[in-house]
Amino acid sequence: MFELGIADLARGLEAGDFSSEELTSAYLARIKEKDSVLNSYITCCEEPALQQAKAADAARASGKATGLSGVPIAHKDIFCTDGIRTTCGSRMLETFIAPYNATVVEKFNQAGMVTLGKTNMDEFAMGSSNETSYFGAVHNPWDLERVPGGSSGGSAAAVAAHLAPGATATDTGGSIRQPAAFCGLTGLKPTYGRVSRWGMIAFASSLDQAGTMTRNAEDSALMLNIMAGHDAKDSTSIDIATEDYTANLDKPLDGLRIGIPKEHFAEGLKPEVEQKIREALTEFEKLGATIREISLPNNGLSVPAYYVIAPAEASANLSRYDGVRYGYRCDDPKDLEDMYKRSRSEGFGAEVKRRIMVGTYALSAGYYDAYYIKAQKIRRLIKNDFDKAFQEVDLIMGPTSPHTAFKIGAQNNDPVTMYLEDIYTIAVNLAGLPGISIPAGLVENLPVGLHIVGKSFAEAQLLNVAHKFQQQTDWHTHTPGI
Amino acid sequence: MSVSSSDIAYIAHLARLHLSEDESEKAADNFRNILALIDQMQAADTKGLQPLSHAIETSQPLREDKVTESNQRDTLQKLAPKSEAGLYLVPKVIE
Repeated sequence: MFELGIADLARGLEAGDFSSEELTSAYLARIKEKDSVLNSYITCCEEPALQQAKAADAARASGKATGLSGVPIAHKDIFCTDGIRTTCGSRMLETFIAPYNATVVEKFNQAGMVTLGKTNMDEFAMGSSNETSYFGAVHNPWDLERVPGGSSGGSAAAVAAHLAPGATATDTGGSIRQPAAFCGLTGLKPTYGRVSRWGMIAFASSLDQAGTMTRNAEDSALMLNIMAGHDAKDSTSIDIATEDYTANLDKPLDGLRIGIPKEHFAEGLKPEVEQKIREALTEFEKLGATIREISLPNNGLSVPAYYVIAPAEASANLSRYDGVRYGYRCDDPKDLEDMYKRSRSEGFGAEVKRRIMVGTYALSAGYYDAYYIKAQKIRRLIKNDFDKAFQEVDLIMGPTSPHTAFKIGAQNNDPVTMYLEDIYTIAVNLAGLPGISIPAGLVENLPVGLHIVGKSFAEAQLLNVAHKFQQQTDWHTHTPGI
Repeated sequence: MSVSSSDIAYIAHLARLHLSEDESEKAADNFRNILALIDQMQAADTKGLQPLSHAIETSQPLREDKVTESNQRDTLQKLAPKSEAGLYLVPKVIE
């Protein structure tokens, strides 16, 4: 049953092919057996998972099970879980146990789904390789010497290695889509505000958004049906009605207008990756879509602007870790300032400290206009580029990443090299748009991801387009065979 | 933009971070590279543009000013590294 996705597992449970307890036990055993080489989980929730599974079986026996009841999933360790520790990949929160559930977690619990565990991630979601985790790097199941991408690298590795049929993830600059691409998965980042951020540990509040890591678009639609929606507890969540994201999966693509930004096919893109993307575009033409070149002229400014805005917001958000109310506190502080400084320096890793420093600098007196305000003006330019493009096309497609998964340690010398990893994905966060990465082929047995970007709240359309492609091709069914 | 080691020390102090000498040196190097990246912004013409602080430009929702949270002081204080008699303990600040 490990080859089954979420939709198939729900059908199997409904048909009585297996119980949730059997399914959950099997997954827990597989995690125990396989995860020592991957390190995709930080915490495994054995006992609570079995309790949830038994409750789901009981609900089914009494005719009260709905939809995905009894299907197990994993949560990125950025979502607070009542009674189960939430580390955010940091020493700062190594022993932190939240007294409440994130809205996203609560919704999956209410739907009767089972939490297998909490997945590894870059510390405070700051990274593109999952190497900044205090709990160690995650290994890509397609090649254990390579990274799974980041920051949702644990969610991606776990789903790709069949240690979970699906997982939650978050995306601030590409953190769902890039690991989905590197691990051969379907990774959806919804429109900013579509999913509640309440109880999701903050990195950059105007960019962070929760989404899904699954084996196919149908599973993603099923998860989004549960996650999406307004939450009064998150003042930035949008009060616009959700829809049934599975309803239009099979809608024909005749007349669909696809734009391909020339800036996403420029220097730096590996030719073998480009070839796979071009082949995927041909499939869409066969499905009735038309393709035309477009331009996003300010795309090159997205990484510089992001590395002002995201660190600035992070430096403010992470000021709450002061060693007083929760989190790590250093030993034997000699005074209050020493306690703040050493608790934060010992509790945070190098990349987190680096971004706090950059953000503090950008917000400091004398530099605010030159950096922060300038970056927000560029954010306007980037949004205007998308608005203009969407007057001519329905969707934008291109590569998710310029290359396939790189070797662990290969890009650690200069942080800027790592920052440029997200050159195709970051602009989408700055503009708040929905994006998805779907498997589009293999290069030297490593997955390539196709990036699809839609207008605000076009999640159903993205999933429809992804699903039609997955009916036509079988790239999403390839597995690393671990 | 050049960054001196005293700049690094000042920023670290503002951010309440303690950097060792070794870390400071590395931080200065990384900082220069990151500033070179973000300084690419300065070439862009942004005259007359309104800063975009948020992708979804709506006003903040308002609600009635009434109590919605229950008192969870004990539960929340259990998370503190050090507390006593309902108070958070920190090093002495007044002699």
